Amino acid sequence: MLTLLGVAVVVLGFAAGFNPLLVVVAAALVTGWTAGIPPLQVLAALGKAFNDNRFVSAALLVLPVIGVAERAGLQERARMLIGRFRRLSFAPLLIGYMVFRQVTAAIGLTSIAGQAQSIRPMVAPMAEAAAEKDAGALDPEARERIRAWAAATDNIALFFSEDVFIAVGSILLMVGFLAQSGLNLDPLQLSVWAIPTALAALLIHGTRLVLLQRRLKRRGGAGG
Amino acid sequence: MIKLGVVYILAGLVFAAFAVLSAADRKNPKRFGNAGFWGLVALSFLAGDRLGDLGDGVLVLGLALIAGVGGLGRGDPATTSPEERSALAERFGAKVFAPALTLPVVLVIGLLVLKPLHVAGQPLLDPKQATLISLALAAVVATGVGLVLLRQPLLSPLQEGRRLMDIVGWAALLPQLLAALGAVFALAGVGKVIGDLVTHWLPMDTRAAAIAVYCLGMAGFTMIMGNAFAAFPVLTAGVGMPILIRRFGGDPAAVCAIGMLSGFCGTLMTPLAANFNLVPPALLELKDRYAVIKAQIPTALLLLLANMGLMYVLAFR
Repeated sequence: MLTLLGVAVVVLGFAAGFNPLLVVVAAALVTGWTAGIPPLQVLAALGKAFNDNRFVSAALLVLPVIGVAERAGLQERARMLIGRFRRLSFAPLLIGYMVFRQVTAAIGLTSIAGQAQSIRPMVAPMAEAAAEKDAGALDPEARERIRAWAAATDNIALFFSEDVFIAVGSILLMVGFLAQSGLNLDPLQLSVWAIPTALAALLIHGTRLVLLQRRLKRRGGAGG
Repeated sequence: MIKLGVVYILAGLVFAAFAVLSAADRKNPKRFGNAGFWGLVALSFLAGDRLGDLGDGVLVLGLALIAGVGGLGRGDPATTSPEERSALAERFGAKVFAPALTLPVVLVIGLLVLKPLHVAGQPLLDPKQATLISLALAAVVATGVGLVLLRQPLLSPLQEGRRLMDIVGWAALLPQLLAALGAVFALAGVGKVIGDLVTHWLPMDTRAAAIAVYCLGMAGFTMIMGNAFAAFPVLTAGVGMPILIRRFGGDPAAVCAIGMLSGFCGTLMTPLAANFNLVPPALLELKDRYAVIKAQIPTALLLLLANMGLMYVLAFR
């Protein structure tokens, strides 16, 4: 039971608003302490795992080119483009993006889009511009909300379609785990069961996007 | 064979440049904090394998301390004004999309053309890392396209990259550090303790109850551990395999696949999945650090319900 103290440190540390990097290091040290591992050994284990996981941060390499394009007006151009399609409003735009993201992820192209390379420079500004057509000028709160929803749409689309592709990490993990338990399954047998949930995700999130658009429109109408 | 090491060297050099440019940025009152932080990241990429485990641990401690004492500021490299950007957007037209669209194009070329290539009997790209290598290649090519086509200053990729990096700040390193925490949790057996708790204390005498325990357990455990991969072996060994598959005769493929997706519902609701939930608010410069999670929670809960229903119907035909 004491082993769970590290988990409690994470939960409380995040809730109390301490710097998450410090919280994580503290949680690692506490966890090691409860398991009877000496602090230096825990620090070494943390360091080794940090080093082994550098690939997680290597994706930050896309930031320079996004910055260059933004310097030349990428966000502004994305806004202008949406302005030209008069009838394209907020919900259909993000639902369209979601379908694109789901279809491409389902054939294995999970890195084709993403938060840094598509949402920040293009999709979020487009979503704002599209919402302005319905709701007029957005207050800062509505603007924040629309940006957050653009990011959420990318996550949801990605999570609930990448498993349709047979060579993705989670499918391979399941195949490996089941093989250890004496059940030999083909990746394809697992990935077909990801399709119903992918459709449910599109249905649920798409409906929520339409409802959000209605709320924005009502507020815009009342506020001018 | 091109391996991940090449990508790490490139990343190390880019972060080293961020560190040097940060140190020279007099407009940032905390410039040495930024320089130190990005410098340590550069060191990790360039020499992480040579520092030894304890050395890497001390490096992590250094990163956490700089971030923890509020040592990171925000750099302010000279850039174009909003008015200039609008004017440039008018002038360049659709051309301004070219660099951002080059990224996916080169990525796809990397995966479809370069990945299957063999040179002297060896694959050209390390097959396990082909996506990340292709992404790095795409970033380099797209930067070149941006510099030439949009006629941007030679230093602008590094300066603008540094601007975005400073906007994200310490949150950029959180996903990697949380992955490392997962390894420490595994070392201490945290997963097993939680798995034992779930299987010992929760009722699973009906099929519906067992499905609920498995799916909610996957989501809850994923929220605590930050990713579904850590939760899957524990919950499937404890609940999925013995109860749902063996006792109630569920189809293993459907049980496992939908169980994993229930875990993904948990991923949408936890700050520990930092690269999906905490980095984007920083990138989008949102005031509320949890704004993206808040937008995701209703979808995640409804989808979790949907998953339980799907498992009930699809896994037991």
